[in-house]
Amino acid sequence: MNVRVPINVIQTAKPPQQASKKVASFKPDLLQTEDHHLCPGCGEPVAVRLILETLQEMNLVKENICVLGHGCYGTFMSTMDIDCTLCLHGRAPANSTGIKRMRPEKLVWTLQGDGDMVSEGLAEILHAAARGEDITCFMLNNGVFGDTGGQMTAASVVGQRTKTSIEGRNPDYHGYPVPLANLLSTMQGVGYVARGSVHNAASIAQTKKMVHRAFERQLQKRGLGLVEILTMCPTGWFVPTNTGPEYMLESLGKTYPLGELKDEGGGN
Amino acid sequence: MALRFMEGSEAIAEAAVLAGCKFYSAYPMAPSTGLLEQMSRKIPESGGVCINAETEMGGVNMALGAAATGFRAASGSTGQGVSLMQEAIGEAAMNETPLVIFNMARSQQDYFQATRGAGWGGGRPISVAPKDVAEAVELTQLIFHLTDKYRCAGILVGDNLLARTQVSVDLKPLDLPPLPPKDWAIDGSMNGTGKSRVLFSFGFGKHLTPGPGPTQHNINLAEKFALIERTEMRWEEEFTDDAEAVVVAFGTGGKFVEHVVREMREEGHKVGYFRPITLWPFAGDALNKATRRAKLVLVFEINSGQMIDDVRLHVDDHRSKVRAIGGVSFDESGLNLGPLMDAPVIRERIEQAMKTLQA
Repeated sequence: MNVRVPINVIQTAKPPQQASKKVASFKPDLLQTEDHHLCPGCGEPVAVRLILETLQEMNLVKENICVLGHGCYGTFMSTMDIDCTLCLHGRAPANSTGIKRMRPEKLVWTLQGDGDMVSEGLAEILHAAARGEDITCFMLNNGVFGDTGGQMTAASVVGQRTKTSIEGRNPDYHGYPVPLANLLSTMQGVGYVARGSVHNAASIAQTKKMVHRAFERQLQKRGLGLVEILTMCPTGWFVPTNTGPEYMLESLGKTYPLGELKDEGGGN
Repeated sequence: MALRFMEGSEAIAEAAVLAGCKFYSAYPMAPSTGLLEQMSRKIPESGGVCINAETEMGGVNMALGAAATGFRAASGSTGQGVSLMQEAIGEAAMNETPLVIFNMARSQQDYFQATRGAGWGGGRPISVAPKDVAEAVELTQLIFHLTDKYRCAGILVGDNLLARTQVSVDLKPLDLPPLPPKDWAIDGSMNGTGKSRVLFSFGFGKHLTPGPGPTQHNINLAEKFALIERTEMRWEEEFTDDAEAVVVAFGTGGKFVEHVVREMREEGHKVGYFRPITLWPFAGDALNKATRRAKLVLVFEINSGQMIDDVRLHVDDHRSKVRAIGGVSFDESGLNLGPLMDAPVIRERIEQAMKTLQA
């Protein structure tokens, strides 16, 4: 059984001799290292931390298997202390279908981005949802292909500037974004759909509750769960690092309102 | 010996169950549809899962996920559908997940697909081509064994005759050596111990248990495929000791050629045959040895000339010896083997080629 590392408390009555290098450890135990090569201001590590903390809090450390898609978050394949596979682009819901059907006693979850899930893998997520697979899918939505350097995805919002929609996404030319979470919330076979964000402390706390609830619904076998998490990508948006949260609320936030879209919890 | 009358698709499905296949997911496509129908009955009966997938990509990636947990898993289609699976077949080779693919092909047009990588990266699937249903029962079990042994992809290549012919079948378990435990399979049991596992085609490993990295991973894989190429070739030959003409054919074509050659031998013609059972690895050295004394090497395949490349690669003096006697031949639907797959036609083509020897 894993025990949570207690947070170091600075004793103000007895000041330390020298400045502590680190005042607190925020590293979830399920990370082998907190080092990563993601850009400053990226929202993805925060989202991953919420998932890993929740797994530990729910005593699911040895009871879960992760399937990663292709995106910047793929780097956590090597640092998460979890049995996982980084599968082909967009196919995580199919891959995890095979895993869950063979290991129904395990909690199976996917880590995908909007490019992975909405662009490349739309068929797989929709059909896994329709089949009512008991898996939990996380979509880290920043409206851009971050890993390849800022191109338009199927979830890029109208007006969004990307390397392949340089004057902003124009519906007449580029078409409209796919509101995947809304789509899934109308489908049978889906037990839980929510959209969270990691742009400030309140939204992070709210999103963590969604992660917890999504895992609960899988344990209750309520069908597929989707938690879309809006994550900052200042590099892929070509905005200053510290303006990431603000830019996100102004762009993605207006197209993708936060909140729970579906919960087949049945009073739990 | 318990003979039962059934069609090839049913026999292959039963052989897969016999081999311990617990997962099958595929998309229907003639002439592989019968296999999916049979699997959808037989796999659940044996405690497994069969999913009628949304696409070939969905189906093969489900099988890849199921195989990643350590269970035997397969997908299947027809050549066109198998081409949609090629990204996953390459992935299985490169992330070292045992994956079995059944290709009930339209004619014999998928030799290249089955032997030239069948996907991205440098890996190759082990490809077996049974001549008839009885051999398919054996090779189905063998391909599950070999893909587990080497942690790679494997393809069983059949056609409409194999899938749809009804014959009496004896479903005997093959006597195969034991395999090492699948300690690489992901089931969550190592989570949080610092020894958790990752399956990924670039060989990065984990932070605490690093893999070899992309370059060394690919070098290691190349060595593994070289080992398979040296050790796992299988073939069948007859009358090659003194044959003036050796006919090379695979799969169903091999069965027809075997019949024709035996018939001609009885009448005193100096003819033999050579049938690769594994298309990859190709039994090249054996073929060279079997054809060294022959004046003619005749390649019979129902396509525009694919296996003939491998024959030319391995037969000494191939410029003077090797000739194609097959060709493209479909029925009117385009789904099935055409009139060229017929014993009298094959015999006529062999005799015509041999006449040039007397001239």
